Amino acid sequence: MDRYAKQRLVGALVRGAAALVVAVMVLVVAVTVYRGGRVFLTNPSVVVTPPGSRYMLEAEGGFLHAVLGSIFIVGPATVVSAVLAVSTATYLQSDYSSERFSEVVNMFLNVLWGTPPIVYGVFVLTVIIAIGARTSLFFGIVAIAVFQYPIMTRYTDEALRSAPGTVREATYGLGATRFESAIMTARAALPGIVAGVIMGFARGIGDAATVLFTAGRSTRMPGGPFEPATTLPVLIFDQAMSFNAEVRSHAYAASFVLIVVVLGLILLSKLLAGRYARFAPGGRHS
Amino acid sequence: MADSTGGAQSGGGRLRRRLLAERASSYWLRGAGYFAVALFVLIVLTLLYKSLPLLSEYSLVRAITSANWDPAQNEFGFMPAIVGTIYVTGLSMLMGTPIAILAAIYIAEYAEGRTQALVSSFIDVLAAIPSVIFGLVALVVVVPFVGDYLAPAVGANATGLGILTVSLVMAIVVTPFMISLSVESLEALPDELRESSLGVGATKWETIRSVLLRAAGPGIFSAILLGFGRVFGATIVPAMLIGGQTHVPDSVFATGQTLPTLIVNDFGELMSLPLTQSALIFVGLMLVVVVWLFNFGAMLVRRRLQRRWQF
Repeated sequence: MDRYAKQRLVGALVRGAAALVVAVMVLVVAVTVYRGGRVFLTNPSVVVTPPGSRYMLEAEGGFLHAVLGSIFIVGPATVVSAVLAVSTATYLQSDYSSERFSEVVNMFLNVLWGTPPIVYGVFVLTVIIAIGARTSLFFGIVAIAVFQYPIMTRYTDEALRSAPGTVREATYGLGATRFESAIMTARAALPGIVAGVIMGFARGIGDAATVLFTAGRSTRMPGGPFEPATTLPVLIFDQAMSFNAEVRSHAYAASFVLIVVVLGLILLSKLLAGRYARFAPGGRHS
Repeated sequence: MADSTGGAQSGGGRLRRRLLAERASSYWLRGAGYFAVALFVLIVLTLLYKSLPLLSEYSLVRAITSANWDPAQNEFGFMPAIVGTIYVTGLSMLMGTPIAILAAIYIAEYAEGRTQALVSSFIDVLAAIPSVIFGLVALVVVVPFVGDYLAPAVGANATGLGILTVSLVMAIVVTPFMISLSVESLEALPDELRESSLGVGATKWETIRSVLLRAAGPGIFSAILLGFGRVFGATIVPAMLIGGQTHVPDSVFATGQTLPTLIVNDFGELMSLPLTQSALIFVGLMLVVVVWLFNFGAMLVRRRLQRRWQF
């Protein structure tokens, strides 16, 4: 085979690989939207109906409990996690830490980022056992916050890093303190930071392994911070394993809701990141 | 600014306030910096501490080499789960890595303009789809495919739930992640590399193979290793698709167990037995240690490759 034939072959191969990945993505979304959308459209109330006492056995009622559980768990977790993540990223980026220490913290953050979510679940569960508590909404929040923290720190760090250095120079030149300078830098990077927080939220709302043991697998409405709760991914996981066909069909409705939320969040974060690229002072123009 | 008490005094008060904010924020931010490290240490110590009861009563060698998993009889052999995990991780990486690298080359070097933006945002979407949805879709697509077509075609008997199904799905779950990291390192290369290679008469593929893949090698390599960690620690997809039987799998169509699914399947019922609890927390510790070794390994290899493949 001469080198030009090889060149054409490789060209076909890389196109094929990319097409395969895109096709899989389309397939996954299409199956979810088709199967889930059908169930959802024939009975949309299933999303906003509280579950009956025999939900897992006889599909009595709907799954409002998981929708609320997801909101009550991932919402506060995102707030906690975002505050911590922005603080850590600011610490790493600004003039608070030495380069060497930043490098060490970054290494630990990378490791945390790669840690399997189930480990966070087991970790929080171990803490629950150690202090003699029981699984509840609160510990679900803790587990998701811990899970989201390295993800959001990474995005925030990137956003701060690509903020124009002139902002920092200008603020220092006007006699600002480090904190004031950091705030101005964060403001310049704000759309990027917000996009990162949204991505963290999207990852958090889709994760089941962390909440599986920490929030409990309740089939009742969340009753308070120290009562068991459940989230949509955990619900889907349980429904998919059910023996009852109607419960299984609810899994598709729930995953339809979940995928719409996640896709919406990604779109939102893309829009914000796009705005950022255009409006940031001295940033990339695209 | 509009103060009635006099400029100098208010200026001094404001400066004090600013310095106070500076001092307080400095403590808070330093705390946040240390938090990342503290969290890491806390997780290891907690898991280690809770694994001790098992390790003091049960020999580590026996736990890892024994194939007998029967918590009710105080038998904790991790062999089936370890073999299952190796099978799944190996197979999915074997299928996922070439596709990921080829697709990354397409996005970074072949696609242009709108197509590039479209394909890479599709891949971002794929990366963000919750894994439980992959599991659910696989139940109606991949399970029948493996059970009704693939297994009979090679003369095996299978329900569709098993090692191969999990590996196929995990290969899909992990590719977008490897693609975006590889694309990142390919796109970070300076254009002069491409220009000078094409300028001396190399074809596009020769440029990619001998220049670009080499220059981006460290980044791509660590993307693969991190992908490895992802598959290794995957929980929900294996729990839905592997069949959850604790025996050493004898073929790729067999059902089995991976380390994370061991935790998922047994935690609920066996929480009350202290030794089992310790055994499952030990599984968590194993996951953490292996994944972290991969991470540190990825970092070291990356540094070494960077030194060797300089451009």
